Amino acid sequence: MANKKNSKLLDFEALIKDEDKDFKMVQILNEKGEIVDPDHLPDLSDDQLVELMSKMVWARVLDQRSTALNRQGRLGFYAPTAGHEASQMASVYAMDKGDFILPRYRDVPELIQHGLPIYKAFLWSRGHVEGNNYPDDLRALPPQIIIGAQYVQAAGVALGLKIKGNKNVAFAYTGDGGTSQGDFYEGMNFAGHFDAPAIFIVENNEFAISVPRSQQTVAKTLAQKAVAVGIPGVQVDGMDPLAVYEVCKEARDWALAGNGPVLIETMTYRYGPHTLSGDDPKRYRSAELDELWHQRDPINRFRTYLQGKGLWSDEQEEKLTETYKAEIKEAVDQADKAEKQTVTEFLTNTYEVQPQNIKEQLNIYRQKESN
Amino acid sequence: MAKKTMIQAITAALGQAIEQDDKVLVFGEDVGKNGGVFRATEGLQEKYGEDKVFDTPLAESGIGGLAIGLALEGLRPVPEIQFFGFIFETMDSIGGQMSRMRYRMDNTRSMPITIRSPFGGGVHTPEMHSDNFEGLIAQFPGIRVVIPSNPYDAKGLLLSSIKSNDPVLFLEHMKLYRSFREEVPDEAYEVPLDQCGISREGKDVTIVTYGAMVRESLKAADNLAKENIDAEVIDLRTISPIDYDTILASVKKTSRVVVVQEAQRQAGVGNNVVSEISQRAILSLEAPIGFVAAPDTPFPFGQAENDWLPNASDIEAKVKEAMSY
Repeated sequence: MANKKNSKLLDFEALIKDEDKDFKMVQILNEKGEIVDPDHLPDLSDDQLVELMSKMVWARVLDQRSTALNRQGRLGFYAPTAGHEASQMASVYAMDKGDFILPRYRDVPELIQHGLPIYKAFLWSRGHVEGNNYPDDLRALPPQIIIGAQYVQAAGVALGLKIKGNKNVAFAYTGDGGTSQGDFYEGMNFAGHFDAPAIFIVENNEFAISVPRSQQTVAKTLAQKAVAVGIPGVQVDGMDPLAVYEVCKEARDWALAGNGPVLIETMTYRYGPHTLSGDDPKRYRSAELDELWHQRDPINRFRTYLQGKGLWSDEQEEKLTETYKAEIKEAVDQADKAEKQTVTEFLTNTYEVQPQNIKEQLNIYRQKESN
Repeated sequence: MAKKTMIQAITAALGQAIEQDDKVLVFGEDVGKNGGVFRATEGLQEKYGEDKVFDTPLAESGIGGLAIGLALEGLRPVPEIQFFGFIFETMDSIGGQMSRMRYRMDNTRSMPITIRSPFGGGVHTPEMHSDNFEGLIAQFPGIRVVIPSNPYDAKGLLLSSIKSNDPVLFLEHMKLYRSFREEVPDEAYEVPLDQCGISREGKDVTIVTYGAMVRESLKAADNLAKENIDAEVIDLRTISPIDYDTILASVKKTSRVVVVQEAQRQAGVGNNVVSEISQRAILSLEAPIGFVAAPDTPFPFGQAENDWLPNASDIEAKVKEAMSY
């Protein structure tokens, strides 16, 4: 008897159709500054809400001043952050001082909030070793340049925290482009395997330099990439500080309870260019898209919300802005005072115990640099 | 004191390192229950527990990143990369990250990591298992590349490497794992890093080499002795950075030198030795520097290995050339 095949075993379309169904974007405060999910408001006092808003204003001022300083030639490499204030400041606000940050080059504001003196951030930008001279109690690495490398390292930091029994977690940041790297997957998979307390944050700002998120992957969300390694993945409105804070806080609690890592995709946008080293976003982004995202601005919506509660005023914001500008100016002055770097110092820093080649070259450079 | 193979000496060193320092962690692919594909970690998980000796998922970049993160948290990782041919997957962790962490962070952080990995020709492996890629890592400042040539050095150098607060790539030549035994003390001891060993003293010619080529050079020296040529054999041991003081002292004594590497001729550690000797001791030489290396093809198909690898008779011939110049 002929076995007539009426239908195919597999319906591949159905297999991918609803892949993203569990990854609906979490939002608490909408772009008009209205609470859309009152049941999940973070447990933050009025003072804390004001503090979080202040940090976001600070981050915007830092971005504006850094851009200006770069144009004046007083800063080196700079990757703009405007647009990321909720994603960056609300995630760092959910951290404990003992948590470990593994940042990428756009995450300098989080480092400063975690304890890196501003002048050192500026020295890093200028290309000065003192910028990476971190105090022992600053639990962080300098900004990672190799996309994804911080993800595999985060698994190690998190496992180390678990072994030592510390009640802390590792926070690793990357962008949407970073999710295409093998290290992105390996880092999450290792942390998952070891039940290590790591929070993997993807700041999805739509573009990896010029390549749109849609060209990185056919996956409908980046959060769902967590499924492949068996860990929770969450997509959150990255322009909503309350949602970012709450998601990070709950993810941190989950990880600390011994459940392993969490992947968080924050939906955000970079208003400026990739870096100030010649990138022109007009080549790859439309004015309409820019406008759409400016309407979702994190600071505007949080300001509206706080003003509605009588917690914030324009005068207060102006005053804070002036204070922040003054702090930044002071930091620039302090960065200007950094001593000239020497090859002698670099040679000294290469090994703890100096091998022959280093000793020999130290003799040469000590002499050269003492003149 | 007992006679041990190199792999037994390595296992003993790993066990003693764990006993000496509770921060030491041994991990990698198949290092746990299986004891490693070469049995280098045989019995260690059973003895010291899964917290100290454990398997990882199969991903070398993940292993490199794990080691860096653990080191940042104050642990002393001893990861294994199952075969050195798989090193490309973790090249960023080694060259881009751990090697330069002390330098990058202005001497405020250390990376006390020892990466162990088997390499080297002569055991008929599939492709990408035997290649001599040590020269690639030797180009990174901030890390040491250590290659023992015998069981005694293997144990002492491994213990020194693990104790070091800087990263070490510790390469174990597969052909040496079980090819001979020698007396290895039971107690823990260290063989210093950054120092060549003198495997055989001689006055007529210096052979500078490392890894399995030390054995080949010693064989050549024995044959040469029959013809009244007294060769000194220097074992680099730490192949990056190199102890040139020992090499130059020997070259100045003998006036003739042959450099031997298992890697291809076109680049590598041996070329660097040739270069430094010619810059620093050319006027002490009675003959051009001889160089024995493999041909400039990728590592050969298994059945052709012995035609490709440098051996004692190649070394002997090159020494005679230098002697008769």
